[in-house]
Order: sequence, then C-alpha cells, then structure tokens
Amino acid sequence: MSIEAIALLNDPVRRGLYEYVVSRGHDVGRNEAAEAAGVQRTLAAFHLDKLVEAGLLDAVFRRPGGRGGPGAGRPAKYYRRASGEFAVSVPPRDYRTAASLLAEAVERAGLDERAEEAARARGRACSGGPEEVLRERGYEPYEEEGVLRMRNCPFHLLAEEHPVLVCSMNLALVEGVVEGTGWRARMDPAPGRCCVAVSKTNEI
Amino acid sequence: MQLAQYNIARLAAPLADAANRDFVANLDRVNALADESPGFVWRLVDEAGDGTFHPYDDHQVIVTMSVWESRQALFDFTYRSGHLEFLRRRREWFGHSEAPTIVLWWVPDGHVPTVEEGKARLELLRAQGPTPEAFTFREDFEPAAVR
Repeated sequence: MSIEAIALLNDPVRRGLYEYVVSRGHDVGRNEAAEAAGVQRTLAAFHLDKLVEAGLLDAVFRRPGGRGGPGAGRPAKYYRRASGEFAVSVPPRDYRTAASLLAEAVERAGLDERAEEAARARGRACSGGPEEVLRERGYEPYEEEGVLRMRNCPFHLLAEEHPVLVCSMNLALVEGVVEGTGWRARMDPAPGRCCVAVSKTNEI
Repeated sequence: MQLAQYNIARLAAPLADAANRDFVANLDRVNALADESPGFVWRLVDEAGDGTFHPYDDHQVIVTMSVWESRQALFDFTYRSGHLEFLRRRREWFGHSEAPTIVLWWVPDGHVPTVEEGKARLELLRAQGPTPEAFTFREDFEPAAVR
C-alpha cells in the first residue's frame, strides 16, 4: 500500500502537482494546480484524483471563493494533503514503535528535561543556515510577517501520542538550530501546523 | 454525548508562594483561552475566584474539570493552543506523578459533572487502567461504547 502510493510520485507531473498542493496554505482547485504545473486542466484533474485514490491527497467540495446562496455556482473540487502517512523501508525497519516506547518511558520517568537537553544539543550540531536546516528536516518552513512558521510537523504521530514531551523536545531542537543567529524560537501551536514559530528578530 | 475531563496536579510549593507567581499570573489568561475555544461547553469555576480548586485534604493538590463537545475540541485546546506553553513549563510548578493525572469520560449532553464524579473516574482509571468509563488521550473510546 505505502510503496504503491509513494511510487505514484515518481511521475514528474504528479509529483509537481503533489508538491504544489501541499506547499500552499489553502485548499487548491483544479485550475490553480493545472496552471502551477503547466499542464491541461483535464490532465491535472486526472492526476490529482489518482493522488486522492492513493490516499496522498484529500478532496473536498465547496463553492469557489466561499460564496453561498443562489447564484454562487456549483461546488468545485479542491485538494489538500491527506492526514495519512506513508513510509517504506527496505529492508523493513520500525523506528516508529521504538520512538513510541522510548517516549512512553521518558514520560513515565519524568525525564522531559533530559530529552529537551539532548534535542537542543542535536539542533546546535546541525550545520547550515537555520531555514535550510529546517527545510532539510522536513519542517516545510514559510515566512509570514517576519515570522518563520512550519507547515509540517516531522514528529506528527509521536506528537499526537505524547504532545507535551514531543512538542517541548521539538522546541528545544529548533532553539538549538537557531542559536547564535539572533532568531528566537517559541511555542505558538495551532491545529494543523508545527507548534514552533521562529521570530526572525531578537525582539519578543 | 460530550467529553468530560478531570485533572489533578500537586504544586511543589503552596499556591501563594513566590515560586508560583508566573503560574498564578497566567491563570486568568489560560482560563479565558479555554472559555473561548471552539467546542468548549463548561468548566469548574471556583468560588474564591483565584482560578484553582483544591478538593483534597492536601491543599497543594489542585484540580481542573471541564466538558467539551468532542475529543478533538479538548485536544486542540490542551495541546494546540497557548495552553501548551503552560503545560511545557509544568515542571516549574508541579511535581512529577507516575500515576495518571488526567481522566476523560463521556457524559450525556448538558450533564454537569461534580468533583466527586471526577475523583471517582480518576480512581477508576488508576485502579483498572483505561476503560470506556475512564480513559486518557491515548485511547480513542467512542461514546457509543459507553453503556
């Protein structure tokens, strides 16, 4: 199942459409996606629906521009990243279970602060510009009014299981990454995005 | 059905101690955040108005209790709002407990749980582990599973 879904992204058009949809902060319609990928609308629709079928994207129907009432037009199909996760490892590995067990042990023992220390040290050890490091680590950073936010939580499932431990560890990791740059990482959680925001100034 | 939550925590120092200044200073803000959260139904409000409730002989144990429209609504307030930063700093004010400190259970719409009910649900969780009658965020018991 996972391998078929991931293999779909081998097609450059599909991959381009997928990457475009997940990099937007909003649901993407067929016209917009087609234009961004530089392909015909019908071809874009075909590939987008393939991605939905595989569970990589979700499709939602709504009226364009959020209009309602008579004359608002027919509901159109919009796409967004699906919540499911796909991972393939050859040979088979299961780091997710190991992470979950370790998180449970750390939480029971009350060792959150030790986990934060380890994460901060790991963050410091990353070389390169902070934005580049965060991008490489899968955070999908984007800038909004001088604040760097992250569209993706690389620890999503683990953070759902152990939110306080994992989000605190994540904040410490990002603090380590931005240390010495004058940027400041802080908690600013909201549903559907990474819990950390980075202010690109040293003001609060 | 609606989701009820009961939580206990033991302050390392008496509430009035200077060590708890930041905790006390943030209570109104965090309580207001709960009240304004989508899916919020009800929460236990103390008579003294200091935002805490201590129904145990040990007065350093404080509790919160609330009712929400769904598990997701409670989750989003607890872990996906400004409340998370407050939780992250919990070690500054509270001791660590290996036993569960939060219990969830389903209640009929409009039911206002009593503190005794909250205490009993937490005891049930501690005695029997998670069941549809008393569980944690780690489980996903649907209201239909409740007798």
